[in-house]
Amino acid sequence: MKKTKPSKISSIILFILLLFIAIGWTVPTLGVFVTSFRESKDIYSSGWWSVLPHMEWVKTSEFQLAEATDPNAPITIEGHTASFDEWRQGIKVSENKRLRWYGNKRSRKIEVYEEKLLGFGANLTMQNYVDVLQGGEISFDDGSGNIITREGNNFGDAVINSLAVCIPSTVIPILIAAFAAYAFAWMDFPGRKPMFVILVALLVVPLQIALIPILRDFTAWNLNGTFVSMWLAHTSFGLPLAIYLLYNYVSTLPRDVFESAYLDGATPFVTFVRLVLPMSIPALASFAIFQFLWVWNDYLVALIFLGDKNRVVTSALAAMIGEKGQDWHLLTSGAFLSMILPLTVFFALQRFFVRGLLAGSIKG
Amino acid sequence: MLESVRSNSFQIVRLFALVILAVFVLVGGFILLQNLQHVKMIMMVFAVIWGVGSVALLFWVFNSIAQAMPRKIRPIAVALVFAGPAIVLLAWALVLPTLRSLWLSFFDDTGHQFVFLDNYTFAFTDPIMLESFKNNLLWMVFGTSFCVILGLIIAVLSDKSKFEKLFKALIFLPMAISFVGAGVIWKFMYSYKGEGININEIGLLNAIVVALGGKAQSWLLMPVWNNFFLIAIMVWLQTGYAMVILSSAIKGIPLEIIEAAKMDGANEFQIFFKITIPFIMPTIVTVATTILIFSLKLFDIVRVMTGGNFGTNVIANEFYQRQFTYRKTGQASAIAIVLLICTIPVLIYNLRQFRKRRTIK
Repeated sequence: MKKTKPSKISSIILFILLLFIAIGWTVPTLGVFVTSFRESKDIYSSGWWSVLPHMEWVKTSEFQLAEATDPNAPITIEGHTASFDEWRQGIKVSENKRLRWYGNKRSRKIEVYEEKLLGFGANLTMQNYVDVLQGGEISFDDGSGNIITREGNNFGDAVINSLAVCIPSTVIPILIAAFAAYAFAWMDFPGRKPMFVILVALLVVPLQIALIPILRDFTAWNLNGTFVSMWLAHTSFGLPLAIYLLYNYVSTLPRDVFESAYLDGATPFVTFVRLVLPMSIPALASFAIFQFLWVWNDYLVALIFLGDKNRVVTSALAAMIGEKGQDWHLLTSGAFLSMILPLTVFFALQRFFVRGLLAGSIKG
Repeated sequence: MLESVRSNSFQIVRLFALVILAVFVLVGGFILLQNLQHVKMIMMVFAVIWGVGSVALLFWVFNSIAQAMPRKIRPIAVALVFAGPAIVLLAWALVLPTLRSLWLSFFDDTGHQFVFLDNYTFAFTDPIMLESFKNNLLWMVFGTSFCVILGLIIAVLSDKSKFEKLFKALIFLPMAISFVGAGVIWKFMYSYKGEGININEIGLLNAIVVALGGKAQSWLLMPVWNNFFLIAIMVWLQTGYAMVILSSAIKGIPLEIIEAAKMDGANEFQIFFKITIPFIMPTIVTVATTILIFSLKLFDIVRVMTGGNFGTNVIANEFYQRQFTYRKTGQASAIAIVLLICTIPVLIYNLRQFRKRRTIK
């Protein structure tokens, strides 16, 4: 459909409606992003939206009442008289000043709050990122004045492990699938057609079916917890889609190209490396983004074949949710670290990704 | 004659050397990789180079061997080199495991005692399994329909907007986020601190509820409804997918049809229901089946958010629990086979579509 010219009012309504949906869709991510830069004690005492400019009662000072003050009788401070319980709740003594009794009756401590405008970016910090990347011991303020010490999750190593899993798991299936797609499209060998039908069937087979037998093989071959096991698993699981996508592309390449190369005496291998691979780059890129995002974001395969050895970002983050479900300063910074790379790849190469999505749906 | 014999024997020596080299690179690299664990950065770089390089090397060596074959069988040998690795991997990782899982599902946990259908009786009668089936049904019905309907609405609306690209990118963005990452994002949205004075809710949902005068809730512990709070996460992640595919289908509708409808006095709603929907119906079916299968296999969200507790269990999570928590391989395999059987209708549909396209071409 081409853009039609709707009336002005309806286009404004449309814009507001879309804006509303888009904001609703983005706010959850934004919340985690903002929180990851806040100090831990702020995170626990106020919502992340409080980084937006707003008026807030801020504690500016405190003072001690005289020992002689009787907490059980009405108490007069700065011209206001009230009972202990009322002071405990806090009393507004002037337009932008509040006094509050802190603690029990014996403490006799009064806190002074003043209403102030807090601007953008109050108290932002990179400390959460420093903490979450580290192993070893880290400590933080929980917002009620306690310092808590935790074992770090060593997210830095997890990022490196993820790269070590992801890059080969993206390149290897491309290589194997490109060779196979070329063979299925342009070569003749026994069983070619039935094998391709099986391949199409394999596109929707649930992974769960394969996990236990493959795990048994890996245990027998002593490969559990190694990167090689992850490469093998991800390569194999990615192959049906890879071959299917690349076959659709390679089979549309003009036949004359290969034939003239053969006439010049080139072997199929040389033709493939020199001609087919460079010509298929758009299709390869589509699948590469697909596979990269899939492997980087995968949790199930990593959980089963890597276990606690060589944790990747998803399993490190999941472990963190399990161990420290309320340590939001670590969880949010960890989550954001795990998202940076896929989001960058995604935005840089969105065009190829969408093309891959469209080609991947069976009904092209 | 003599020359060809000499070049032949040279060929054999060369191939032999290549094979030795390949074995050396593969085995040596693997051992080296195991010993590099402590220098993470170098390990990563080495892993990438070695992993990718070995595969390329293997293709090259195999091809050299195939090229040395007698002329008659050479084409088949070359085809085998090209398609062989993929076929072997697929057979090992997907085709054979299906049969092996089927086999395992007929045995008890030790793998020696043949129990025939006992594991399937468990899969269809166990209360936890029944709960999981019921929840998966919720995921499939509500998750899929919300994704498709929302995706369709956004695709249609943004198609008429000047800022189409921007809106679509924002809706699409969660597709790049892992389920575990989404788990953190939404756990934070649903976060609940409890009751008491001077407690500020830091989760957005509870803050909104409190600001509107309601009472903060621990959303993930509310039976039945917590399933919908989890489904919301999937809708958030997958609507972008539905939107992109549907949007491209909508753009494929010929302009003349719409113009003609407008001439006949059709309004936007009539165009939407009488033209747009019927025209993109095949695409809607494709998108819906993809998300349907996706919600059938869904694991990560439930695992991370609730671990399947509080009445939110799903089949894929119970599969994991059976195998890795209770060590019941037979039962886990039976669950995997049940999942496979659930996908068979889609599988057959896919094959039909594939056949149809073949005959057209």
